[in-house]
Amino acid sequence: MRAFDYAAPSSVDEALRLTKPGSAFLAGGTTLVDLMKLDVLTPDHVIDVNRLPLNGIRLSDGHLRIGALERMSAVAAHPTVMVHFPVISRALLLSASGQLRNMASIGGNLLQRTRCDYFRDVTAPCNKRQPGSGCPAQTGVNRTHAILGSSSSCAATHASDVAVAFVALEAMVVVRGRGGDRIVPLEDFYLLPGNTPQVENQLGPDELIVEVRVPVSPLARQSTYLKIRDRQSYEFALTSVAVALSLRRGVVLDARIAAGGVGTKPWRLRAVEDALKGNPAMEKTFSDAAESAVDGARPLAQNAFKVTLLKRTIVRALIDVAGVR
Amino acid sequence: MASNEPGVSGGGSVDGHLSRRGFFGQAAAVSAGVALVPPAAAVAAAQPVEAAANAGLVDVAFKVNGEPKKLSIDPRVTLLDALRERLGLTGTKKGCDRGQCGACTVHVENRRVLPCLTLAVSLQDKAVTTIEGIADGETLHPVQQAFIDHDGFQCGFCTSGQIMSAVAVVREGAARTDDQIREAMSGNLCRCGAYPNILDAIKQVQAGDR
Repeated sequence: MRAFDYAAPSSVDEALRLTKPGSAFLAGGTTLVDLMKLDVLTPDHVIDVNRLPLNGIRLSDGHLRIGALERMSAVAAHPTVMVHFPVISRALLLSASGQLRNMASIGGNLLQRTRCDYFRDVTAPCNKRQPGSGCPAQTGVNRTHAILGSSSSCAATHASDVAVAFVALEAMVVVRGRGGDRIVPLEDFYLLPGNTPQVENQLGPDELIVEVRVPVSPLARQSTYLKIRDRQSYEFALTSVAVALSLRRGVVLDARIAAGGVGTKPWRLRAVEDALKGNPAMEKTFSDAAESAVDGARPLAQNAFKVTLLKRTIVRALIDVAGVR
Repeated sequence: MASNEPGVSGGGSVDGHLSRRGFFGQAAAVSAGVALVPPAAAVAAAQPVEAAANAGLVDVAFKVNGEPKKLSIDPRVTLLDALRERLGLTGTKKGCDRGQCGACTVHVENRRVLPCLTLAVSLQDKAVTTIEGIADGETLHPVQQAFIDHDGFQCGFCTSGQIMSAVAVVREGAARTDDQIREAMSGNLCRCGAYPNILDAIKQVQAGDR
């Protein structure tokens, strides 16, 4: 690990004042410390934000508000989250391990870096880590890579599960900078790689996520998260789907669907949502709607299986949440 | 590196007898001294290096197994290395050192975490519990006893992490069925494959809890 200096401010303003070129915020450390050991990240200044007053999980003004420093395990086990937003709780509990969920913060989870092996290996080229150096995943080992949103510069997936649930529920992040707060829909917060895969989101170097806001809705109460992976537990998604449904007398009134493991960012599936609305909640409706999930998919040599797997994951998640066959 | 630091004994002797770890540590130090430089020169050369290194050190105070500890450390030092190399608590094992195997699992503020991904400087005023801190004197913690009763280990390298994780899983109380316990313990890998016996051990402790 490269040498760095360390500061542990006690207020958000102080933390923001300490930012400078080469600084990085430390929350749970499960991404930052890992990538510092690998020399993938080499900050000169580490600003420990764990003492900042960014806690709390509460309902107010029609929103679930989660302080950015709440740990994954605390959010997953919170009664309000479990009752009103089961998809959030489930996505969190299917992530990582018990130890990591006790460490990782919600804000940090949203900013976790990709698990692409080329990104994590400093001896390999990677446009995300070293812009312009190339993307070996295009023709190399790409079984776990993205089929949606990728470019010739990058096909790395976004690894977060809960971000998929948040995008489905149209969550927003509250970002604080030296000039004050701004509220950004999470779906727009993440950027497509294009020719600049090193820029992953809208967060400025002197900004901090302070809160996540999720609108309360009847949809969110009837929601779930389905994650398909190579191991039953403690593994990243090959495909995953967050689904929220509103049904009346067996007909889909409204739906929210997003997918993980397949996109360069959490992938909202609006065409699938539209195809469900007004139709009977049954397997035929679900499988017809799922066809449009992979419009524009760009599979690589080893991950074409995700095209079929994603559609099947969507159908099964819809069957589960609708309680139909 | 750590064995040359002042104030670190590394647990050389136990009741006047040389322990295995102490023997290997001292033997390595002696052979290195003979092979490289005369001891006096080594000491002289070490001084300026030490002074320069002290410049970036950070003071941190936290409790380990109920005892207050104060360290002056490089911010790069993980809690895992601080426990093993600075505080002589080698019961916590270093497996992958990347947050993937769970062998190093300890409790911070009564929650199981991975010290390999925790910077020691970030622990100001926190309470850490390691495998050395869970027995009650000579009486083993029920989870420790259950691992012995059920042969919950073979080579033993993952065992302290398994036990620390299992203690937390029992205390959290959320995992009751076999599948729930397996899921709750999935962050602790055992390459010997003692999983069925670890599961039985945890169930024994839970049965005693009811």
